[in-house]
Amino acid sequence: MTDAPQPATQARHVPDRLNSSAARLFKSWEALLLAVAISIFMINSFASPYFLNAWNLSDATFNFTEKAMIAFAMALLIISGEIDLSVASIIALASTAMGLALQYGAGTPELVMVGLTVGLLCGAFNGFFVTVLGLPSIVVTIGTMSLFRGISFIILGDDAFRGYPSSFSWFGQGYIYWVFTVEMLLFVIIAIIYGVLLHKTNFGRAVYAIGNNPTAALFSGIRVQRVKFILFLLTGLMSGVAAVCLTSRLGSTRPSIAMGMELEVVTMVVLGGVNILGGSGTIPGVVIAAFVMGLVTFGLGLLNVPGIVMSIFIGLLLIGVIALPRLWAMVAARRKA
Amino acid sequence: MMRLVPVRETILAGAILVLLILVASRFPGFVAPSNLANVFNDTAPLIILALGQMVVILTRCIDLSVAANLALTGMAVAMINVAMPGLPIPVIIAIAILLGGALGAINGVLVWKLAIPPIVVTLGTMTIFRGIIFLISDGKWVNSHEMSPAFTGVPRMVLLGLPVLSWAAIVTIFLFAIMMARTQFGRSIFAVGGNPHAAVYTGIDVGKTQFWAFVVSGALAGLTGYLWVSRFAVAYVDIAGGFELEVVAACVIGGISIAGGIGSVGGAVLGALFLGVVKNALPVVNISPFWQLAISGSAILIAVAFNARAGRKKGRIILKEAEGAK
Repeated sequence: MTDAPQPATQARHVPDRLNSSAARLFKSWEALLLAVAISIFMINSFASPYFLNAWNLSDATFNFTEKAMIAFAMALLIISGEIDLSVASIIALASTAMGLALQYGAGTPELVMVGLTVGLLCGAFNGFFVTVLGLPSIVVTIGTMSLFRGISFIILGDDAFRGYPSSFSWFGQGYIYWVFTVEMLLFVIIAIIYGVLLHKTNFGRAVYAIGNNPTAALFSGIRVQRVKFILFLLTGLMSGVAAVCLTSRLGSTRPSIAMGMELEVVTMVVLGGVNILGGSGTIPGVVIAAFVMGLVTFGLGLLNVPGIVMSIFIGLLLIGVIALPRLWAMVAARRKA
Repeated sequence: MMRLVPVRETILAGAILVLLILVASRFPGFVAPSNLANVFNDTAPLIILALGQMVVILTRCIDLSVAANLALTGMAVAMINVAMPGLPIPVIIAIAILLGGALGAINGVLVWKLAIPPIVVTLGTMTIFRGIIFLISDGKWVNSHEMSPAFTGVPRMVLLGLPVLSWAAIVTIFLFAIMMARTQFGRSIFAVGGNPHAAVYTGIDVGKTQFWAFVVSGALAGLTGYLWVSRFAVAYVDIAGGFELEVVAACVIGGISIAGGIGSVGGAVLGALFLGVVKNALPVVNISPFWQLAISGSAILIAVAFNARAGRKKGRIILKEAEGAK
C-alpha cells in the first residue's frame, strides 16, 4: 500500500513529458511538410509559366496517385514493423496476368478482377512466409521481388501485351468531372479508408501496438500474426489496384513495368513521417508527402530535368528527411551540454 | 554451433554438385575443367561482392547500393582512362578501390553517426549513385574503342592458367578467410552482429565496426566496378542494374543470417557459385535466360526458410542440453 503513491507520481510525470514532446514533434513534422509543399508549389509557379494550369496540374497527379495508393497500405505495414519491397513486382505480375486474361478474351470487369486477385494472392504469399513461417519480411520480400517479376519475365520475355479494350482505359485515363481524374477519386477514397482504418478503429490501434512492442501486443490479446497477415494482404491488394490503374494508363504490359517503384513508395511513406522502425506515423502525413513528391517531380519535369536526375532528389529527400531531425537533435543535445 | 556451420555448407556444396551432375548427365561438356573455369570466372564479380555484402550483413546491416557503387566507380575509372590513357592500370585500380571505399564510407557515416536504418540509407544512395553516373557521363556510353588496350586487357590476362578476374576472386576469398578468422576486425564483426550489447561491454564500438563494414563492401564494389567495365569494355548508366539483389541472394543462399552474426566466407562463396552455376547452366539446358530472376527469387525463399528451420532446431537443442545439465 505504501508503495502505491510513488509509482503513481512517477507515472504521471514520465508520460506527460513524452506526450507533449511527441505531440509537438508530430505537429511540427506535418506542418513542416505542408510548408514544404506550399513553398515548392510557389517556387514551381514562378519557375515555369506552364505550372499554374489546371490541366497540367491534373496531369501531374498521375506522378503520385498510383504510388500513394500503395503507400497508404505500406504505411500501415511499416508502422507494424514490417516492410514489403515486392510491391512493384506485384504490379508487374498482376499486369502480366491481366494481359494473359486479355489473350483469353476477358472483358474489362474480368481484367480488373484478375488484377486485384493476383495482387491479393501475392500479398497472401508474402504474408504466409512472414507470419506463418516467421521469416524476416525484408528477406522474404527481396526474394518475392525477384520471383514475382521473374514470373512476368518467364511469361513475357522481351514481348509486351497490348490491345486492352477502350472501356478498360477509363481507370487510368478517365475523368470524373472537368480536370478531376478517376485516379484522383480513387486516391481520395483510399486515403479516407486508410485514414479511418488507422486512426479510428481497433485494428488501427492494434497496428500501432504491434509496431511499438509486438510481445506486449500479443499479451494484451492482439492476434499479432493475423493483423500482420491482413496488412500484407492489403498491401498486395493495393498493388493490384495500382496495377489496374497503371496498365490502363499505359495501355500495355511489359515485364519491366513499374521497375523501382518500391523505392518511391517507401520514400513517400518515410517522408510522410512514418518511423521506418515501426510504431508511429499518420495517414495525413503520407497524403502531404504524396503531394510533395508529385510537385517536386512535376516541377523538375517542367524544367526539363531528366528522370534519372530526379531520382537523385528522391534519394536525397529520403535520407534528408530522416537525417535532418536527427542532426537537429544532436545539435540541440550538444547545446544543452 | 561449430558443428552446425559446416553442415549448412556441405548441404549447399551437395546441392551444387547435384546440379552439376544433372546438367552433366545430358551435356557432359558442361563439367569439362575449362568450362568450369569459365563458370568460375563468370561468377568472380558476384563472389567478390557477396564477400563484401557478407561483412555488412554480419553486422546487422544491408548494403543495397553495391551495384550502383560498382556502376559509378566503373564509369568514373572508364572516364579517367579516356581522359588520361597513359595512367598505369595499378593507379586506376587504386582509384577504383578508394572511390568505392569512399562511397561506402558515405553509407557508413550515415549509419554510424546518424543511426539511420541501413536499408533506408542504401536505398537512397543506390538511386543517388545512379543519378550521379548520369550527371558525370551525360547519359553517354564509354565504348571499348575509347578505352586503352591496357585498361580492357587486365581482367582477361591469363596468369598460371586462370584470368586475372578469377585470381581477383581467389585472392579476395583468401584475404577474407584470414580476416574473418584471424583478425580483431573480423572477430568484432561477428561480435557486433551476434550481440551488439555484449559487444559494447567487451569494448567494441558497434557503429564504428558497421562503418568499416560498409567501407569494405564499398571498396570491393569499386574494385569490381573496374573489373566489370574493363571486362565488358563498356560503361553506361545501367550496368549491373539490379545486381544488388543477386548479391544479397548469394549471401542468403549461403546461409548468412539477415539478423546478423551468423555466416561464413565459405557460405558466401558457395551461395555465389550456386547462382553462377544456375545462370551458366540455363542456356546449356535450353531454358530461356528469362527464368533466371524467378529462380534466384525462389532460391532466396527456400534458403531463408531452410536456414530459419535449422536455427530454430538449434535453439531447441541448446535448451534441452541446458535443462539436462540442471
